[in-house]
This record gives sequence, C-alpha cells and structure tokens, in this order.
Amino acid sequence: MSLTIDEVLKIATLARIRIDENEAESYAQDLSGILDFVAQMSSVDTSEVEPMAHPLDLPQRLRPDEVTEANQRERFQAIAPAVEAGLYLVPQVIE
Amino acid sequence: MHTKTLAELAAGLKAREYSSRELVQHFLDRIDWYNGTLNAFVTVSRERALAAADAADDRLAKGEGGPLSGLPIGQKDIFCTQDIKTSCGSRMLDNFPAPYDATVVTKLQDAGTALLGKLNMDEFAMGSSNETSFYGPVKNPWDLDCVPGGSSGGSAAAVAAGLAPAATGTDTGGSIRQPAAFCGITGVKPTYGRVSRWGMIAFASSLDQGGPMARSAEDCALLLQAMAGFDARDSTSVDQPVPDYSAALNDSLEGLRIGLPSEFFSDLDQRMAAVLDAAMNEYRKLGVEFKEVSLPNIGLSVPAYYVIAPSECSSNLARYDGVRYGYRCEDPRDLEDLYMRTRGEGFGAEVKRRILIGTYALSAGYYDAYYLKAQKVRRLIADDFKQVFEDVDVILGPTTPTPAFGIGEKTGDPISMYLSDIYTIAVNLAGLPGMSIPAGFIDGKPVGLQLIGGYFGEARLLNVAHRYQQVTDWHRKIPEAFA
Repeated sequence: MSLTIDEVLKIATLARIRIDENEAESYAQDLSGILDFVAQMSSVDTSEVEPMAHPLDLPQRLRPDEVTEANQRERFQAIAPAVEAGLYLVPQVIE
Repeated sequence: MHTKTLAELAAGLKAREYSSRELVQHFLDRIDWYNGTLNAFVTVSRERALAAADAADDRLAKGEGGPLSGLPIGQKDIFCTQDIKTSCGSRMLDNFPAPYDATVVTKLQDAGTALLGKLNMDEFAMGSSNETSFYGPVKNPWDLDCVPGGSSGGSAAAVAAGLAPAATGTDTGGSIRQPAAFCGITGVKPTYGRVSRWGMIAFASSLDQGGPMARSAEDCALLLQAMAGFDARDSTSVDQPVPDYSAALNDSLEGLRIGLPSEFFSDLDQRMAAVLDAAMNEYRKLGVEFKEVSLPNIGLSVPAYYVIAPSECSSNLARYDGVRYGYRCEDPRDLEDLYMRTRGEGFGAEVKRRILIGTYALSAGYYDAYYLKAQKVRRLIADDFKQVFEDVDVILGPTTPTPAFGIGEKTGDPISMYLSDIYTIAVNLAGLPGMSIPAGFIDGKPVGLQLIGGYFGEARLLNVAHRYQQVTDWHRKIPEAFA
C-alpha cells in the first residue's frame, strides 16, 4: 500500500490538519509503512467472526433524558480563545 | 521518606513520626532538586498539595482518616484538575486549566491524598517513550540517556526517583505497564470499565483505562481501592462491586495455575528469558503450577491496534478545533483556516500521524477493510484469552521485549516504536486487567514481569504480585543517583 502525496493532502483536509508539501512526503512514507504493517491482518479469515465493539460486549447504558449538570457557561467560556455576550467567536462565515 | 512505600508512609503518619505537611514538603523539595534533570513534572501544584496536607493533618490528629490520608501523589497530566493546567503533553492544551476535576482526581482527593502536581506524558498518550511530549522527553532515573517508557513516563520516572511515592497512569496499549517495567516500579492496568474515564482526556475510548503506579503491589491495591468503582458520568463504567483488594493480598498461591503463552516465549531475548525463569522458580516455591498455553492470534494484536486506536483517536481529537478551549492559531483567514492551522500547529507529529491513519481507515470505502476487519481480529484475540482462562487463573510473561532503549533510538521509525508494546497491547484489545512488577535487571536497567488476569480479576493479580514481592526485593531497588 503506497499513498501518494496528493492522497495524504486529501486525508489531511478531511482531518482538518494543515500540512505543507514537504511534510506531506514524509507523512506519505510513514503512513504507507503503517498501512503495510496493518495489512498483516488479512492473513486470518474473519468472514464468520462478529466484530467486537466492546471488550465486555456490554450495550451502551441509557439514562433518562433529564438535566443532571448545572449550567456553567461563564466558567467554561472563561477559558475560550474568543467569546462575546455568551457566544463563541469565529471568523466571519456568512458574507 | 522517599524510599518508603505508601503503606509504610501511612504507618509513619499514624505513629506521628512526621506530619503530612512535612511529608508533602519533602517531596516538593525533591521535585525542586531533581525535576530539572528528569523533566517528570509539567506542573507542580504546591498550594493545593499543602492545603490537602493540612486538612489531612487535622483529620489524623482526631484519629480520623483512611489508609491514604495525608499521602502525596502525582497525577498524569491526562486527568483534568480544576484550575490547574491539564496539558495532556500537548501544545494544544498548554493553555488549558481544566474547569473541573476528573472522577479519579476527586476520588483520590476524597481519600485524603495531596496532589503534588501533573506528570509529563507522551502527547495525548500516543507514544511508548515519552518523547512525543510538547514539554520534551522525560529521563529514565536508572540511565539518564534512556527513555522512561510511555505514555505514562513522567509518572513512572517520578515514582522510581522518589519525587512522588505514587502516581496515576493510563494504559491504552501498555502505557502503564511498559513505563513501570522500564523504571522498575509496579503498575496496574485494570479491567476496561473498572476505573472511571470521566475527566480523563480521551485517546481511544474502547481501550483507555486509568490505573495506579507505585512501589509495590500493596500500594497499588490501596490506590486502586480508591480509584475503582461505578461512575454514572462515564457511559462505559461497569456497575460491579469493588472487592477489598488489600484483604486478598496474602492469600496462598498453593495450587494456582499460571499459563505461559508459547507465543510470548518463542522469540524472547535470552536475558529476558533468564529473568522470567528466576521469577518462575520463586513462584514454584510458593506452590504455583505452570502450564504452557497458546494465544494463536496474538501476533495480529499490534496491527489491529494500529487501526483501532488511530481510528478512535481521529474521532476523539476532532474536538480540538480552536473554538471553545485550547490552542487557536493567530489571525485565521476564515473558519476553514482556523481549523486547519489550529490543528496543524497545535498537534505534534505522532498525533498527526495517528489522526491521519484513523481518518484514512474510517473514510468512505475503507471502513470494512480496516476498522471492521480490526474489530473482528480483536474478537479472535479476546476469544483466545477466554479459552486460556478456562484452564489457568493467571497468565505470566514479559512486559517488554527489552529494557529501556536510548532517547532518540526509535523516534525515526514509528513501527519499531509500536512493536515495543508487543506484549501489552493484546490485553487492552481484550479489555483484561494486567500488571507489571519489577523482576530483575539487564545491563543495570530494570525489567518487568507481566501478569494478566481474567475480567475483574485485579484482586487475584495483586495477590500474585504481592506474594512475589514478599520473597524478592526487586521492587525495593532505588536508582543510586536518587537514593
């Protein structure tokens, strides 16, 4: 399995991580090596095997849809990069 | 005081040989003296530690308090601590004072411990050498040119060098057991769901588990007692009673059946094999019966892990977007640029590698070939363990293939780094409890013995480890430079 630089840049865009072209080359090498390594999994036939989603095969626990935590907006926004009037600020999205 | 176990320090507090304040101050002093050399602590929480010590001294004076009252501990910097920087070893969270305490932090505080500070780690727990930390590598107290292991490298180094009598760690693929082995201490990775993950920054949610790291199995029993238990705030926490871990420590091992997986011993380093042989002889004297067993699919555990862990990490780390907390890039052009540069600049190389692998494995058209395949292989590996535990009570093997390697030795080759966890990763995939205890030295560096138990078999593991520590003194060795 060999990933091209273009493929790496595409994956990086999907992951929303900026990498430049020089970095992309070394990532292409590393990622291709890792994909070759994990390809060892194909040595075993798993067509009859149920995938294991949870180590104890337990279902996700449900709880009543009730408010259980106190509202701590000020506390949480105190550590945000940019807030105003209780809102998180980001660069303008709509022209 | 810094060479004693928690149990011994607690006895000293009870006998009024020293106060908790004196004890905490002693460790704070040692951190001042040695942290520049070791780089084990990212943050020292002096005030919080001394306040907890004073509160513990008040309780102890009234004859109150439990077995951990007044004892100092360190927290891996992956556990959220209110108003104290919780970096997870990353530039992304270098400016993040957590707004709340993790359940593990609350529980250990309620048990009366004093928080000395936050311990260095591989970035977001992704690494086996502590070299991926934004704050630089931690040094191994036994050999300053070597790594302490990872990702809980700061925790292991701090305990080994006596900068803290005990610490917490987390283990996703060996991150408690491997550094415990490299630094000559005892560490427990509990059953998945035994210890709450609430407030423990997520890496791979189906594998992550917090646990104790200390000088002895007896100490780990005390810590795990305080850490374990159901937590409604963690949807993967298992509602199962917590047994009395200390009560079972001295149980007889007469007739206990320990399995030796042939796959663990076939390519084993000769020196490591000799260490394990010596340990097995001690166990035979205690009445243990050894039995050869087989885990035929275990060779696929590292490949399966490097699909599952990166996939879950790519999803978990999507939350770091530069909007609500943590790092944000300068002057973003637009929202897309904000996300891309924040994440490009905020994450280190290994974290980016894993997010990219996970993104690829989960992307349209590849899911079946990678994630689904890995989850099926995972079932085969877990089934192998189930089969073996029908015939034996505990499994024994090495924790690592070699003693600690040199700083910089494996950083250029991700796969050789990944393979340093070859004996530990399967335990996480299966969700079983495992532990590492010091079992000898190779070239002056400590190596560990790994014990693996059945689901929720922590009490048995601690018992098997404790009995060994009663007849050996590997766990009492202290690196000379820090004695």
